[in-house]
Amino acid sequence: MNLNLDFAVILERWPTFVDGALLTLQLAFIATVLGTAIGVLGAIGRRSSHPIVSRLCGIYVEAIRNTPLLVQIFLVYFGLASLGVKFSAFTVAAAALTINVGAYTTEIIRAGFDSIPRGQIEAAEGLALSRAQIYWHVVMWPAIEKVYPSLTSQFVLLMLASSVTSQISAEELTAVANYVQSDTYRAFETYILVALVYIVLSLIMRAGFWLLGFVIFPRRRRLGTPL
Amino acid sequence: MGGSLNANHLMFLGHGALWTIGLSLIGLLGGGIAGFVIALCRISPSLIVRLLSAGYVQLIQGTPLLVIMFLTYFGLPTLGVTVSPLTAAGASLTIYVGAYLGEIWRGSIESVPKPQWEAAEGLALSRSQRMTKVILPQAIRIATPPTVGFMVQIIKNTSLASVVGFVELARSGQIINNSLFEPFLIYTIIAAIYFALCYPISRISRRLERRSGPASLSLGTA
Repeated sequence: MNLNLDFAVILERWPTFVDGALLTLQLAFIATVLGTAIGVLGAIGRRSSHPIVSRLCGIYVEAIRNTPLLVQIFLVYFGLASLGVKFSAFTVAAAALTINVGAYTTEIIRAGFDSIPRGQIEAAEGLALSRAQIYWHVVMWPAIEKVYPSLTSQFVLLMLASSVTSQISAEELTAVANYVQSDTYRAFETYILVALVYIVLSLIMRAGFWLLGFVIFPRRRRLGTPL
Repeated sequence: MGGSLNANHLMFLGHGALWTIGLSLIGLLGGGIAGFVIALCRISPSLIVRLLSAGYVQLIQGTPLLVIMFLTYFGLPTLGVTVSPLTAAGASLTIYVGAYLGEIWRGSIESVPKPQWEAAEGLALSRSQRMTKVILPQAIRIATPPTVGFMVQIIKNTSLASVVGFVELARSGQIINNSLFEPFLIYTIIAAIYFALCYPISRISRRLERRSGPASLSLGTA
């Protein structure tokens, strides 16, 4: 084993790594925002009294949760291409990640909805709140607050999983690493560096979500503890 | 465009599916052993052991499996260690699964009620006796539903072994697609096979979870 590591050659290319990391964060951000929206709609859909709606939402969740992201990405990539429309690798990657994380968010938010005690909803009905008001004030926000830790871990996992989109040549961090290592023949150093960047990104995301929790949940801000 | 999908292609896919199962078992076994060691290290009385194992878990849980795969397959040869795709994939899965199962099992061990520890101590059992005779039998029951749930993640994650050229289900799909170029059909079949492998396990995990009471959310994206 000849250990002559040379990180200098790799570090010289830091601007490309920064670009890759920014693209990874962009992908994660888009998928997080859109995925949360899908998750809320999906969770409402799964609890719908309309059997077809709840069934369809259930099929979506199970289909996504039981197949690998890699295969989903290929399906979206080639599926969109076969429609005859040309999309950039970035759009396809963002779409696939959104569809993927939407299913997990649906399941997590539904668990949050289910954890709201029936009595709370009855009390809100007794106060003559409308259905929409009840969903917004009594069910949705307390539910999201309860599952906030699971949601945020899911989004960090999503950011890490976005590395898979390098397979359809979206130029995020892992794709940059593949390119740099094939150019410099310094595979070990490159991937060690990229692993470190991912760790830093996940720490940044965790810190960000922790701060965001204080901003969006006033109760947490006042009491300093979650529900 | 080399003809249409025929029985030979399906045989090839079946072969890939078998390797997916095989690789999943390697990941489960290797990761299970690693995870058990990590879980015990995480609750060790020694601070250094606790810190080191916590550091390991943080490092691995902050890194994508894909990068770990690349690191073992492309990185180790540059240090003079040549590895086969199977070794690289198996080792990467072991490292990765070990960190996650270690955390799941540490949680299970810690959720055994505190009085159980105290009672065992009061009966003058040694630490290893307390562990094997009192805590672990109860922790195993708590750990079963999330562990079964995590097996689905392992099966799905084996698809990433395709990037190092290991011919499992996803890779065999890519190879067939290269000759037939019917991506939508082939990847739908691949997705269906993964679904057939994963869905029963998901169902079992959910049933176990319901029986054992407190619902724990299983995370995962891959």
